[in-house]
Amino acid sequence: MTATDTARALARRGLRISATALVGLAGVYVLALVYTPIEARQGMAQKIFYLHVPAAWCALLAFSLVGITSALYLWLMDPRLDRFAAASAEVGVAFGAVMLTTGPIWAKPIWGTWWTWDARLTLTLFLFFLFIGYLALRASVHDPSERARFSAVVGILGMLLVPFIHLSVYLFRTLHPQPVVLKPSAPSLPPEMLRTLLVSTLVFTLLYVGLVTMRYGLSLAEEARDEAADAAG
Amino acid sequence: MPEALRLALAIAGKDIRAELRSRTALLSAVVFAALVLVVFNFARDPTVLAATDLAPSVLWVTFALAAMVALNRAFTIEREHGALDGLLLAPVPRGSLFLGKLLANLAFVGAVEAVTLPLFVLFFNVDLAAALPGIIGVTALATIGFVSVGTIFSAMAVRTRFAELMLPVLLLPFMVPPLIGAVQVTSRLLAGRPLSEMLGWLRLLAVYDVVFVTLCTMAFAAVVDE
Repeated sequence: MTATDTARALARRGLRISATALVGLAGVYVLALVYTPIEARQGMAQKIFYLHVPAAWCALLAFSLVGITSALYLWLMDPRLDRFAAASAEVGVAFGAVMLTTGPIWAKPIWGTWWTWDARLTLTLFLFFLFIGYLALRASVHDPSERARFSAVVGILGMLLVPFIHLSVYLFRTLHPQPVVLKPSAPSLPPEMLRTLLVSTLVFTLLYVGLVTMRYGLSLAEEARDEAADAAG
Repeated sequence: MPEALRLALAIAGKDIRAELRSRTALLSAVVFAALVLVVFNFARDPTVLAATDLAPSVLWVTFALAAMVALNRAFTIEREHGALDGLLLAPVPRGSLFLGKLLANLAFVGAVEAVTLPLFVLFFNVDLAAALPGIIGVTALATIGFVSVGTIFSAMAVRTRFAELMLPVLLLPFMVPPLIGAVQVTSRLLAGRPLSEMLGWLRLLAVYDVVFVTLCTMAFAAVVDE
């Protein structure tokens, strides 16, 4: 099987997974609107929680995996790790955009402001900028091995930057709702809400896997094309 | 280790000598910093906002912008006439090469800051006398951190298209923790607050320096070696 065939097979598999996830997403909308109770104080605005939290989860998962694969790349120098980091960063930026748009839409009616310089908001905003910079760097280096090394260094430094940004903005009193699921005591959510959130998180993670697989296949195809062009000319 | 340090000092010495002979970059960076201060002065309504309330942020935004201009130059001079290839052929460990570049950049940014600070006192009429040792200390602490990240990024940026744009886009997120810390400490110093109120921030700045100087020294080989 040639590299182009592998790339095509991967892209097709990614497309299938993403399509499944999109069908699941329609199901999440139905669950969120019909199955879950309306929150007493926030009303319908709370429904955005079922999209915002899973999107934030996927963005942070994507960015963490970029950091880990970057560190592994500098150690093992395996091009697959670099291809994965590139795909994960791109998909992460997309999920980050969902997180950063759904957040203010919820915040306006509930906090009375679109944006606030709260610790968590500031951290995710800077992570988002950092990964846009990461993608801009990738786009502006032509040599593949140089691109892989440079972006791995930025990925590692970025991963270490996170605790520093978090600490430095933490001193401003945080407005963001405190965790309701991942905390030491049992989740403080009605079971319908928790189930919907879990389903939504699974669907979003599936979408992440699908999109990354597609993007990975696309990178392979691009590399095969460049090699063919080099061989020809 | 003394050998590695000696090599680093030799590389830093080369850069500083080259800079002192031309002086163009240093002068432009200083003029740039002065212009930023002047612009800031017109951006503020003196009847509404006291100069001292705004002073720490003005000072640090000026330092950050001037450092960016200075760092852009760090590897641009190495790119001309293939100077970096010559430097890489020299039997120098990559860690020493990075430290040498870092020291030269620190000298350069430090010189710009040393000229900017009196201008800042002059333009904004801030009384620094009591806080001066503290301000010099926190400036050194914050500058070491972001210049070290800036040194490795400028080595990458010169190899890309749009080098002058790439450096700020990559570096600004990394400037956030040192800048927040430095602004907080500076405003407390100007207000004459006790050291205990700044200790948390100073610790953050020191840890940032240690982590990023170590990491950048280790990662530098991955940037320059083919």
